[in-house]
Amino acid sequence: MNSLPLITSWLSLGSLEPHPNVTPSVIFGLGWLYLILFFMNVAWTWRSFHKGHHIELPAFVGGGHLPTAAIWAVYSTVLMLVSIIHLSCSSSPESFWLIMPDFAKAAIDFVVADARRYFAVTVGAFGVMLLFRNWLARQNIGWALLNLSLLFLTISMTDWDFRQIVGKPDNVPIVAMLFIVGFFTWLFFYRANENDRRAAQGRPPVEAENNEKVLTWPDLVYTEMICMIAVTALLILWGIALQAPLEEPASAVKTPNPSKAPWYFLGLQEMLVYYDPWLAGVVFPSVIIGGMMAIPYIDFNKLGNGYYTFNDRKFAITTFMFGFLPLWIGMIILGTFLRGPNWNVFGIYEFWDVHKLEALNNVNLSEYFWYGLGQPLPMAPAGSDFWTQAPYILLREAPGFLAIGFYLVALPGLMAGTIFKKFFVRMGFVRYMVFSNLVLMMAALPLKMVLRWAVNLKYFIAIPEWFFNV
Amino acid sequence: MLNAVRGKAASAEAVVAAPMSAASVKPALPPMPVKPPAAKDKKAAAGVDRRSFVAICFDPLWLAFGAMAATSVLWLLDLARFMFPNVLVEPPTAFKIGPPSDYPLGGVSTKWLAARGVWIVHTDQYKGRNLIYALASVCTHLGCTPNWLEGEQKYKCPCHGSGFYVNGINFEGPAPRPLERVGLKLAADGQLEVDKSVKFQEEMGQWEDSNSFVDGSLA
Repeated sequence: MNSLPLITSWLSLGSLEPHPNVTPSVIFGLGWLYLILFFMNVAWTWRSFHKGHHIELPAFVGGGHLPTAAIWAVYSTVLMLVSIIHLSCSSSPESFWLIMPDFAKAAIDFVVADARRYFAVTVGAFGVMLLFRNWLARQNIGWALLNLSLLFLTISMTDWDFRQIVGKPDNVPIVAMLFIVGFFTWLFFYRANENDRRAAQGRPPVEAENNEKVLTWPDLVYTEMICMIAVTALLILWGIALQAPLEEPASAVKTPNPSKAPWYFLGLQEMLVYYDPWLAGVVFPSVIIGGMMAIPYIDFNKLGNGYYTFNDRKFAITTFMFGFLPLWIGMIILGTFLRGPNWNVFGIYEFWDVHKLEALNNVNLSEYFWYGLGQPLPMAPAGSDFWTQAPYILLREAPGFLAIGFYLVALPGLMAGTIFKKFFVRMGFVRYMVFSNLVLMMAALPLKMVLRWAVNLKYFIAIPEWFFNV
Repeated sequence: MLNAVRGKAASAEAVVAAPMSAASVKPALPPMPVKPPAAKDKKAAAGVDRRSFVAICFDPLWLAFGAMAATSVLWLLDLARFMFPNVLVEPPTAFKIGPPSDYPLGGVSTKWLAARGVWIVHTDQYKGRNLIYALASVCTHLGCTPNWLEGEQKYKCPCHGSGFYVNGINFEGPAPRPLERVGLKLAADGQLEVDKSVKFQEEMGQWEDSNSFVDGSLA
């Protein structure tokens, strides 16, 4: 009994807290991160100063020019102060105030801990990216976006659960990959916007104007060699710094919880939640590969060859980017950072509780249909043979067969007469049918995901008797 | 010296240039070459000259490919033999798990999960009948091992989130059909005996088979 006050005093100090959000070493490490950010931004301020970027001030503050370098200089100073605060912090970590506030954590978790909201936000962000591409792809905005994402990552490190999921040796390269994807997407729009502006002025694209040829040797070969050396050095450093995430010996009767595919297959694993294994694991991956190989034969747009552009290839680029960014990269993020024990969805600041309950009761289309009519499912008399059962099963799943048939057979025809009229005229029947079916199959994944989340739809066609589910 | 080289090159050009300027004065067409006669089948011309079977057999090319094919076939046969080892170091598929009284009503026993991959279930949640049966711990979606969650009273798969009721019927996530039962019977000595060599699928109506369960009132 005497030890109780002692224990409670330890608790108040936080030394017994198993999952401390902030520790002295975390604060110190973040201080170094902010210092790196500070030096990055000093360099950018210098660059901005020499480029002479400036902002036109509105009339009500007196008008005039504000050099962008001034804004970056103020921001760099703030970063330096923040870094000094971290590096010289000597008080107890509990009272450290430069942390991710709880209300922000709750707000972010509210969005990402629900697959519906997460998907809506990614698709929305994709639309915003396309709409505001001219503004977003400016250099200073690109730098600001990079800074925002780095600041988000840095300040989120003050949360224990976030550190666990992002700092896992498996996941560190995925975080790096997100920045790489962001950078190359930005770079594409930066170059495409330049050429689209030129096209609007009636000038040739950059690539046509500055088409200075370079030599394979030494220009290309040297570049390749330098890349090889840089990548080798990076891999060696990576191998030294991050330990390989080895787990306990494998056992046929114990599956790790959660059990995750390699990161590049997490999109497929997410697809397996919604479609049957033969579709999500065999048919759809083959269609993705075959469909990408078919693109050059489907495409009739002669523009956009050999130069960056968005306006000349709006449909092609939007379709590809939708498949790549929200559907592939977005699903990798979902699988890596948000899927936790029992394959439930968790927020990035949420504890991975094995006993988190998520209502997932799923209903087949046939059950919706027949129970909706107030009838039982058509079922063959018990013990009947295959030929007696088959008509009953087919009748039971007729709504699903009709829906799929409408989707893959009737819908291409309807689209040919309406939204894809120009495409149909340019492509001809066979090419158009291949094209429309590929587009519909790509759309089938988000469609099924939304139906699963909205009405708990399990399978359009569910025939477990024949291992056939769609 | 450089000048000397240049001088040589210049004189060489002059030598080349001289006949060209001469030719450009009046180009006389050279006579067209005579077209050679079409090639004829040498073998046909020389009469039948088939190599004998024996000669083919001793052709080094055929010998090499024949040896390679023979080695491949032998290797494949060896591989096939490898699939049937002389000794199988795995437990027998039929094993005894103690008397029915070890498995009281309303319980899921994970006692045999680690060693044998089965749950022993005693429940009245399937069609209201009091039954003991053995469920294989293999998810019917893609074959991971689900976890039995006592608090939630469900089997939950860590791979894609499939969930099954205590009786083995699927209700959440992508699993298309219920967990499979394996054989269970009451042995002569009063113990329950699991037989993993047979399986019973609910959606095929096989759970009515009397080999797939034991009367729960024996417990």
